[in-house]
Amino acid sequence: MANLLHYFASHLATLRLEFWSLLVGGFATGVMYAMVAIGYTMVYGVLRLINFAHSEVFMSGGFASYFMMRALIGTSTPSGTWSVVLVIIGVLTGGVAGAAIAMLLERIAYRPLRRRNAPKLAYLISAIGASYFLYNLAGKEFGRINESMPSPYINHTVFTIFGAPVQLYYIVIFVVGVIMLITLDRLVATTKLGRSVRAAAQDAETASLMGVNIDRTIVLTFVIGGALAGAAGFLWGLGFTGVGFYMGFTPALKAFTAAVLGGIGNLRGAAIGGLLLGVVESFSVAFVPASYIDVIAFGILVLVLLFRPTGILGERLGRSA
Amino acid sequence: MLEVHDAVVRYGAITALHGISFEVNQGEIVTLLGANGAGKTTTLRMLSGLHAPQSGQIMFEGQDVTTTKAHMFTSLGIGHVPEGRRIFPQMTVEENLEMGAFRRRGSYTEDIERMYETFPILKERRKQIGGNLSGGEQQMLAIGRALMGQPRLLLLDEPSMGLAPMIVDTIFRIIGEIRDSGTTVLLVEQNAAQALRLADRGYVMENGRIVFGDSASNLLTDARVRAVYLGENVES
Repeated sequence: MANLLHYFASHLATLRLEFWSLLVGGFATGVMYAMVAIGYTMVYGVLRLINFAHSEVFMSGGFASYFMMRALIGTSTPSGTWSVVLVIIGVLTGGVAGAAIAMLLERIAYRPLRRRNAPKLAYLISAIGASYFLYNLAGKEFGRINESMPSPYINHTVFTIFGAPVQLYYIVIFVVGVIMLITLDRLVATTKLGRSVRAAAQDAETASLMGVNIDRTIVLTFVIGGALAGAAGFLWGLGFTGVGFYMGFTPALKAFTAAVLGGIGNLRGAAIGGLLLGVVESFSVAFVPASYIDVIAFGILVLVLLFRPTGILGERLGRSA
Repeated sequence: MLEVHDAVVRYGAITALHGISFEVNQGEIVTLLGANGAGKTTTLRMLSGLHAPQSGQIMFEGQDVTTTKAHMFTSLGIGHVPEGRRIFPQMTVEENLEMGAFRRRGSYTEDIERMYETFPILKERRKQIGGNLSGGEQQMLAIGRALMGQPRLLLLDEPSMGLAPMIVDTIFRIIGEIRDSGTTVLLVEQNAAQALRLADRGYVMENGRIVFGDSASNLLTDARVRAVYLGENVES
């Protein structure tokens, strides 16, 4: 007993010392989870299915931007404005690749099933098949060891908050992530395009009576979710793990957890769930060995669902405004 | 204005419409009568592209619309007030009205104001979400939403369903006004007596077939219609 108390006391001390740096790191990971979670939740909102191949959309964004960075940076060390331009190019490359792969998935893995009114199980199998195909293709083409992404900037501590260093890498993640998430939120809440997505999520048939082209709206949700996940793949690839054929598996599973945590089908829920999961995971490092992080993440999912099956905000893509 | 020739609709093994033919002329209110499952709703859904007919032909203003997709119909000039109203539950009243104008270009704020004049209650509720409205308010919103698309033909599916008699009277008065303002109406109603008093013509459907059609005044006095659809309620 005394041992246990001592254990927690010493870890609480760690937590106090590391609080701010764990918080910053957790938020950074959380922003990336949020960006990936959006794709799950949007597709679910309109189609009521989980796109389990979304992990490979993320991976595609990572690889596409990796090749772009390799071509543009090589062995040089960019700085100044060129760094900013490179980050923007990386985000765009990842985003475009993610959107393209997501669009292909919709066209090849899902639309034929939708045309035939296939049962939900068929979508799941199709998704797993597409995911297998994509990551094995990537593994075969690009090798099965992770590659580190040439860095568009020299990473360093930009400033400290309460003694915790904030690296440039985290700032890049925050800026890109927050801009993309807020843009999406405004897009869905205020534009005609967003209104068509919300209408389709609430009642697809009636939306079509209003003149909404449902097929196009479905493609749109895949494209938007794919762009965010692809850009997140770039941001993730900038980190120490780099890019690899299997890079999508765990982050995407976490993002799916985040989407369910926030309330699947709910855009803001996905963002909140992502941030929350990132932070909780980060803090858990203070208490348990880092290898237990995944156990903690999925443990939280189970707990939340036990007490609140619809997630934190509940399901409502329609009211995502 | 609208001509349906021999239209057949099947859901899997079930044939919902066995080759129906009828027409709706400019400026009319035409009503489809029949028991539950007679095919009235399927007919309206077919006319909005929600169920493409397996055979037969649908002509609207001289254009073949048999295989036209559902989302094209509002631009063609056909508005649909679906069964059960189908308001977007998490959109505000105003957003629902705006959805009705989804395909329109240019400004439609004047039309929204006009809807608020026709349905003052909607103006009071403009910022509330659709799911929180009463049945009558939802029905008015569903009609207003369809009118926002500026239809020349309005399809109305059971607009009186589940509403208090006073509200039903209001809805029927408004349907009359819609016709008077130049929009042709195809009305599906359980409330046969009230529908026939408002309509110009009617068709009676049974088991996916149109068994007969006539002017509304003749149908009101028709022995078969009186026996089956009007029962004791009709005062002649």
